[in-house]
Amino acid sequence: MNYADKLGLMVASLVLFAAVIGAVLLVVSFVERRGTKRVAWYFVGPTVLLVLVGLIYPALRTIWTSFQDANGTKFVGIDNYTTIFTSSDDLIVLRNTVLWVLVAPVVATLVGLVYALVVDGARGEAFAKALIFLPMAISFVGASIIWKFMYEYRFYDPSVQNNPAQIGLVNQVIVWLGGTPQQFLINSPWNNLFLIVVMIWIQAGFAMTILSAAIKAIPSDMVEAARLDGVSTWGMFRFITVPSIRPTLVVVLTTIAIGCLKVFDIVRTMTGGNYGTSVVANEFFDQSFSAGNVGLGAALAVLLFVLVIPIVVYNVRTLRKAEQR
Amino acid sequence: MSTVDPTDLSIDTVPTGLAAPKAGPSALHAADAAHKRLSRPWASLSAVILAVLWTLPTFGLLVSSFRPEQDINTTGWWTVLSNPVFTLDNYKAVLGSDSSSSLAPFIVNSIVITVPAVIIPILIASLAAYAFAWMNFRGKNLLFIGVFALQVVPIQVTLIPLLSLYVKAGIAGSFWSVWISHTMFALPLAVFLLHNFMREIPGELVEAARVDGAGHVTIFFRLMLPILKPALAAFGIYQFLWVWNDLLVALTFAGSSNEVAPMTVALFNLTGQRGNQWFLLTAGAFVSILVPLIVFLSLQRYFVRGLLAGSVKG
Repeated sequence: MNYADKLGLMVASLVLFAAVIGAVLLVVSFVERRGTKRVAWYFVGPTVLLVLVGLIYPALRTIWTSFQDANGTKFVGIDNYTTIFTSSDDLIVLRNTVLWVLVAPVVATLVGLVYALVVDGARGEAFAKALIFLPMAISFVGASIIWKFMYEYRFYDPSVQNNPAQIGLVNQVIVWLGGTPQQFLINSPWNNLFLIVVMIWIQAGFAMTILSAAIKAIPSDMVEAARLDGVSTWGMFRFITVPSIRPTLVVVLTTIAIGCLKVFDIVRTMTGGNYGTSVVANEFFDQSFSAGNVGLGAALAVLLFVLVIPIVVYNVRTLRKAEQR
Repeated sequence: MSTVDPTDLSIDTVPTGLAAPKAGPSALHAADAAHKRLSRPWASLSAVILAVLWTLPTFGLLVSSFRPEQDINTTGWWTVLSNPVFTLDNYKAVLGSDSSSSLAPFIVNSIVITVPAVIIPILIASLAAYAFAWMNFRGKNLLFIGVFALQVVPIQVTLIPLLSLYVKAGIAGSFWSVWISHTMFALPLAVFLLHNFMREIPGELVEAARVDGAGHVTIFFRLMLPILKPALAAFGIYQFLWVWNDLLVALTFAGSSNEVAPMTVALFNLTGQRGNQWFLLTAGAFVSILVPLIVFLSLQRYFVRGLLAGSVKG
């Protein structure tokens, strides 16, 4: 297809869609005049149908497949789940996922909080915030390319005088400081941390934006009172700021944690899950589409599902509790 | 009252425009006071360090995208300070017609994928949201909670069964499969957000319209959609960035065919090749970043509102 055909198809799809919705609404306006109560179903019908076909059916199907063998033909009980928690490869995958979920939210939130505090009320606050927030608009693939370039390694032999120049900034800084350049994406297990840096780089802006709004909403009389009592800067932070924004902190932490649990793009783009950097979402993709083990792939997807639920529930409950206060 | 006003954050209210800070206009707020006591130079210094750290990676890529291929591969981008040689060749290669290096077809694919994948779910979801907000029917609350709860379903769980459905329907590897997938994945969040927006509209308005003899279809088009423009924009931007930046859905449903694959897949494939072709990657990455960046910078306000609410999706 050439460009015109593709754009034509795009327009055609929109016209078709408009025609379908138009027809449904036309029916509704006829039915409505006869005063029946069924009208609502025409409105929610498309959504219910799509959600049933696109989310509920596939989810049930995947749960069922997770109890089947590699071809999805024979029932094997919880074998796939046993594999996830016993095979040495999958244990590394689980370890990495835990590392992501623990490290990235904490560091990103910390950076976001510090930055929100130091730029608050400063001149050029909006610009300063935009700089940190910008990575949020970049795709994970784009961010991964940016950081792959930062980590780029050129062969280096410390015993030789004329080594090729490093083109990655991180390794160049190491050379300037007199160190030996590293293959950041290959040396396990530390490479996991260097992948997590990309997530921190993206999510710090999110944390900063949300926390900044919370900090600005702290009642000023409380701050004034504390100041009159001679509370120190650290005391102010420890006893006024942090308690005041605690619900917000929890929400930011858990939100980033959910993102980390499902992280796929960064790992896929930077290492493809090689060199001991695979995570659950990446392993799901490998097992399902390359290794051809649909049973194990499904079990990994279900594991993600199961792990996400408690975090989301905790998140929602924190919000509800905060609202009731 | 000792806590931050939680409505600033709740998923229920963030998108309705209440996300703005609520501190009194004349009031000196907490952080202001706190950091006046913080030794100013240290605060400024750490702010500058963080800002530089956060900007430098993108800046390096931008500078590199304007350097000759040979230079990118042999010297660091910071050497442009002493040896400023720039070229547009990388962008010509990426946007040109030479099929071995051009990413132009993938940019077109990205556009073709994104436009319907943003418009269609918004309309479908606003219909449902209207019913949940302003109509009465049996099982309404249960159904609404059900749709809301579906936000937690990770799309990984749905991919394989969906793929086999598409194969059976004969639309595997086509734009249709990508459009339909993005629509389905967007609905729970879209219905939930738009419902919350619609509930904010005063009931008297709707009642008055009903008394005047307007049917639901008329109210929906004449009353709801115009009032909801900011809300539709907020969700639209969120969905746009999500679809434009998506890799997983594209890789699964469009990855095998260059006819359909978007920019993210093309860039991803480039990174997988031996000996990174940095001249293509730097320029290509920038082209793909530029579109969301423009959208984001011009509509940042809306984007931030939808941000927290949408964080569970995926």
